[in-house]
Amino acid sequence: MHLVYPAVLSALLFCTGLYGVLARRNAILVLMSVELMLNAVNLNLVAFDVWLRDTLHTGQALTLFVIAVAAAEIGIGLAIVLMVHRNRGTSDVDRLRDTAERQEPDAPAQKAEATA
Amino acid sequence: MSVAATAASATAAAGPGFLSPSGVEIAFLLVGLVTFGAALVTVTTRQLVHAALWLVVTLGGLAVEYLLLTAEFIAWVQVLIYVGSVVVLLLFGLMLTKAPIGRSPDADSGNRPVASAVAVAAAAALVWVVVDAFRTTWIDLGGPAQGSTEVSGRFLFRNWVLPFEALSVLLLAALVGAIVLSRKNGAARADGNAAGGSGKEQR
Repeated sequence: MHLVYPAVLSALLFCTGLYGVLARRNAILVLMSVELMLNAVNLNLVAFDVWLRDTLHTGQALTLFVIAVAAAEIGIGLAIVLMVHRNRGTSDVDRLRDTAERQEPDAPAQKAEATA
Repeated sequence: MSVAATAASATAAAGPGFLSPSGVEIAFLLVGLVTFGAALVTVTTRQLVHAALWLVVTLGGLAVEYLLLTAEFIAWVQVLIYVGSVVVLLLFGLMLTKAPIGRSPDADSGNRPVASAVAVAAAAALVWVVVDAFRTTWIDLGGPAQGSTEVSGRFLFRNWVLPFEALSVLLLAALVGAIVLSRKNGAARADGNAAGGSGKEQR
């Protein structure tokens, strides 16, 4: 098999996840997009490991570790999202702007548009 | 012109060309198309629960791709962990945050054009670089499987034992952290009420 196929698929999946992270509003959908990006990296790792025929199988070991870290990340992330939802009543990432710098006290909406 | 010439000569040297794909390549391409399409639907659909369900298709397609790359163990781990638990956790999260079941018009934020521009630029750059670099590289899938359970167990417990154990400690810490974060204890709730429901004290 050509190495190009898994590499290109992985790049496309990564950019799909990138779009999701940038464009989604709900925090759980952002987490889903992060999962897409991690999976793209996993596909790359497996493809290059199979290509290189490494005796240590570094790529596959790292893939397993990335899967475990992603499971931990999704658990912690969902706990944080649930806590934010319980405290604020919303899980939209662009409404959680307490740490944003505000030059004008009456122009947070324009700033949101500009920085978003 | 010269690119095509070098590509043709290099593919003639390195392996079969792109115009005569093997069966594995055709299967990889078809499953890859399904996976990529499901990923696109996942990030663009306006129904939040449907996004999670399309994510199942994406992750299952990736498991098939791992199988085609002879990494069996990782494929089954992918099915077990991602499809089995991560998506279920995401659905739980959607339900617990009272996500709307039907179409929600505000699923995407206002920076959608910027996001698509960034994503398309990144995709073009990455695909161009990857194709240019690995156009002639050929993966030899023959011989013994490189990711069977036996091989995986051997390399994992012979060469990677210490990271494996450290990872189990990390998982335990994440579990404890998730429980602590999602526990409704009385003191934190009293603080939240005292702060007028804004919850600024709890950060």
